[in-house]
Amino acid sequence: MTGTKKGCDHGQCGSCTVIAGGRRINSCLSLALVHQGDTVTTIEGLAHGDQLHPVQTAFLEHDGYQCGYCTPGQIMSAVALLDEVRKGQPSQVTPELRKAGPVELTPDEIKERMSGNLCRCGAYPGIVAAVQQAYGQTQS
Amino acid sequence: MNSFTFRRADAPDTAVEALAHDHAAKLLGGGTNLIDLMKQGVEQPTALIDINPLPLAEITPLPGGGLRLGATARNSDTAAHPEVRAQYPMLAQAILAGASAQLRNMATDAGNLLQRTRCYYFYDPAYLACNKRKPGSGCAAITGFNRIHAILGASPECIATNPSDMAVALAALEPTVRVRGPKGERHIHFADFHRLPGKTPEIDTNLRADELILSIDLPRSSYAAHSHYLKVRDRASYAFALVSVAAALDLDGTTIRSARLALGGVAHKPWRAEAAEKSLKGKPATADSFRAAAELALAGAQTYKDNAFKVPMAKQAIVRALTVAAGEQA
Repeated sequence: MTGTKKGCDHGQCGSCTVIAGGRRINSCLSLALVHQGDTVTTIEGLAHGDQLHPVQTAFLEHDGYQCGYCTPGQIMSAVALLDEVRKGQPSQVTPELRKAGPVELTPDEIKERMSGNLCRCGAYPGIVAAVQQAYGQTQS
Repeated sequence: MNSFTFRRADAPDTAVEALAHDHAAKLLGGGTNLIDLMKQGVEQPTALIDINPLPLAEITPLPGGGLRLGATARNSDTAAHPEVRAQYPMLAQAILAGASAQLRNMATDAGNLLQRTRCYYFYDPAYLACNKRKPGSGCAAITGFNRIHAILGASPECIATNPSDMAVALAALEPTVRVRGPKGERHIHFADFHRLPGKTPEIDTNLRADELILSIDLPRSSYAAHSHYLKVRDRASYAFALVSVAAALDLDGTTIRSARLALGGVAHKPWRAEAAEKSLKGKPATADSFRAAAELALAGAQTYKDNAFKVPMAKQAIVRALTVAAGEQA
């Protein structure tokens, strides 16, 4: 499989992001041995045949990339992000940290939660729009 | 990366035995710092002992109202835990201010404490001089580009800073670190866990080579209502602190019963500002009191060619963090 990308190789860029054991991680800093028995989902595992995952569709519709190298990591990160938000996990910009509760996925929340994925082409506005769209579609 | 052997620990004691048997072995938790340093050739362990299978990931209440953070509880789970958010909101804030979502999902709470105090010269073996990487080789940072370096508690041997956010909040919350070695358990006060560089900057902590962290035990806190973690950095997310402040107040009306203050990005260890804390006791929670405390906290600062800006930055960050903490409503 060639979808997952090696970028910085030091956990700084996020292009290697995969979902292992239900969590997004930097695969470049992970030994496969440590994940023996875990389910690992890469970009190859999102679509069902020709039917794309809503996050993949949203990236296409909002030009969430230019060269595309960081895109598999961006998309895996965004898929996990939606799950984290559904579970009410807070971020640095969540207004009320003291009480657990639902999280409203504002553009600031998306930017903060996607900060572990760098895009040197600067497609960030498209990425934020894509995550917003996917969030709206997957919420109901 | 060097060759190494790999084994899974099936119980805390087997991890301790493996360490006692081979002092060049390392425990592997999230690996976010260790694996990175191995790729750089800075860390070259002969063996990795995977402690992820150990039953140390729980966060559980302690008798008397405290909270036990298991050694392998993930940073992300800790920050999202309802009891951490309610009782120690400053700790959740600090964790969420650090690293990225991916790294917080991997990193363990004990591993956060054991990430290396570092600077770019330490990280790059192309620079021959680094006392932390190679004792006795000198310090490239003291005469080099030292914008991110320490202003408190440094030594001529090392001016690197501890990069943890979580540890700054912990320094203000006074937990104990429960560890197991070949002779059994002991408890280390958090203030004694990390070291200043002195003449042995290669040693970051007082954890012994054959000891395993079991948990971080937080005492009951009277600071939940008025606390704040403020991080100042070059970009708004996913960057180390230039300066950070963990500020907490126990207020009686507008009078300060007691205060806690710790700084990050300024020293080889999370820096507790005890003189500043004492100065706040019994004072009104006003800007004047906070400014006086900030002056005390930075009284011993020593700067280098590129980092003098950290002194006024730290003072202003202290005033701001205390002001926000005083205004917080639970």
